Amino acid sequence: MTQLITPQAHLRSEDINVWFGERHVLSDVNLTFPENQVTALIGPSGCGKSTFIRTLNRMHELIPGAGLSGAVLLDGQDIYGDGVNPVDVRIKIGMVFQKPNPFPTMSIKENILSGLKLSGRKVTNADELVETSLRRASIWNEVKDRLNEPAISLSGGQQQRLCIARSLAMEPQVLLMDEPCSALDPGSTRRIEETIEEISESMTIVIVTHNMQQAQRVSQQTAFFLAEDGNPGTVVEFGATEDVFNRPIDPRTNDYVNGHFG
Amino acid sequence: MPVETKPAPQRRRLTVKPTLLGDRIFFGITTGTAYFSIVLVVLVLIFLMIRAWPAFQHEGIGFITGSKWDDSVQPMIMQIFPMLYGSILLAILGVILAVPMAIALAYLIEFLAPKPIARVVTLLVDLLAALPSVVIGLWGLFVFSPVAEGWAKLLNHYLGWLPLFANTSGNFSRSPFIAGWIVAVMIVPIITSVTREIFSQMDRDLINAAKALGGSMASTFTKVILPTASGGIVGGTLLGLGRALGETVAIFFVLNLSFDINWADLTEARGGSIASMILGKLGNASDYERSGLMAAGVVLFITTLLINFLAGYIVNRAQPWRK
Ligand SMILES: Nc1ncnc2c1ncn2[C@@H]1O[C@H](COP(=O)(O)OP(=O)(O)OP(=O)(O)O)[C@@H](O)[C@H]1O
Ligand SMILES: [Mg+2]
Repeated sequence: MTQLITPQAHLRSEDINVWFGERHVLSDVNLTFPENQVTALIGPSGCGKSTFIRTLNRMHELIPGAGLSGAVLLDGQDIYGDGVNPVDVRIKIGMVFQKPNPFPTMSIKENILSGLKLSGRKVTNADELVETSLRRASIWNEVKDRLNEPAISLSGGQQQRLCIARSLAMEPQVLLMDEPCSALDPGSTRRIEETIEEISESMTIVIVTHNMQQAQRVSQQTAFFLAEDGNPGTVVEFGATEDVFNRPIDPRTNDYVNGHFG
Repeated sequence: MPVETKPAPQRRRLTVKPTLLGDRIFFGITTGTAYFSIVLVVLVLIFLMIRAWPAFQHEGIGFITGSKWDDSVQPMIMQIFPMLYGSILLAILGVILAVPMAIALAYLIEFLAPKPIARVVTLLVDLLAALPSVVIGLWGLFVFSPVAEGWAKLLNHYLGWLPLFANTSGNFSRSPFIAGWIVAVMIVPIITSVTREIFSQMDRDLINAAKALGGSMASTFTKVILPTASGGIVGGTLLGLGRALGETVAIFFVLNLSFDINWADLTEARGGSIASMILGKLGNASDYERSGLMAAGVVLFITTLLINFLAGYIVNRAQPWRK
């Protein structure tokens, strides 16, 4: 299958298939993520959204028995190409998980700097980096007086924004978010959505969400994943968020976004 | 306006004791057993104390601070500092050698090795724990000592300028260096299994987070896994230390017994350890000397207890986020 490479495509997946052991869980996923846009991935539970998002920064291969075919291109370069170091990929393509996971042994400040230390890079201007990262994740005002306290002393919503700040400190080109708000209250959720809007001015964002309103609020394009009775998951519909929600082409998309199944 | 005084609230008795017959029996047996074990420990200590009293009374504090054991005078002199210090030195040496080995083994088993290999390694480590002390002692004497002597000579040859490895006697056998290795072999299994348990309970999300932030295998290990597990590893290490302090037979085979303090001349055959001293002297001891050996037992017992308390304290303290 040949496709035109649109010039502004920042990240794209080409014919991604995924297996866990013998089980084929994703089939032929082709998506294009233009620079500085937010793409929402939606679909019922178990259709492979998390699995797909993990293929985008090579976290997938850390799962025992994981298999993959296809390619993921970042600025035209295959991140699975020969000689590409997964560590370098993950530095460029950051990830925020569903459950907030700050490092428990580190303070708030150390958590922000942890990525640089983990990837073996020099920390220059630590204080400045900590402040800008926390500001971008709109949590600076809440934590600026307690930067040396343990990160786990924060509330769940604050911890999640801290984790976002921690990823932002790496200055990634792409940020992947797998249901970042699913464990949070509406207030924290709104704050994170604002954060997404703000940071999307300078980076490409892919977000998995089960919240249809959230997808409509934050994203410019939406991909609907579906795995039908025993078949591997695949993308049923992909387009501008406006269209996917208001003028879906596929009747299954229509059913899903209107809450008729799933 | 009539003032209505409300009576003070009556506290009700809340039942916490079991009421069903079966529960009562169960409760009785478990609490009984628990108290019995405490009573047993206290009884042992009292028994030892009574037997040890003559020595303590005669030697006073010198019993643990002095360095002389002389049965040519009447009454004989019994001071065990070199042995007490030797026990602690051996324990520290053993821990220094064992902890890196144990952490490496646990990491291999939990994170690196494929399932079948992990299982085999676990089995081997558990087997090591099950080896009788006397077997390790014999192995230490006939097989390991000559090898370790060679290592000691090498260390002395290249690093002899360090006080640790200096050797003026030219004799490299039966030294704390060799005994330290034997202690390490004996405590590796317990530290490994505690560390492995801690690793296996670690939140995989933390490891994934570290990887997603560009962590390599090494940096993820040193910056995330190890700090998070450190409290538990310290606990396991102190458990091992308890064993190392009390280790008798195996050490008896490979360590010299002399009442010169050996501060840190690791390759010299000086010093000793309480446990192997007791074993060495018990056979042909006079009544009075026996009370001295009992007293040494009391000192060792208390040292071990203190270390165990310390272990509990550190494990609870080192992981505030676990609560
Ligand atoms: N580690 C794994 N090993 C084996 N199978 C897995 C693994 N992770 C996911 N799967 C399978 O892959 C399929 C896709 O799972 P995935 O977690 O990607 O779904 P999802 O769309 O993210 O669902 P949810 O909305 O519930 O998070 C599921 O059928 C799941 O059982
Ligand atoms: Mg998921």
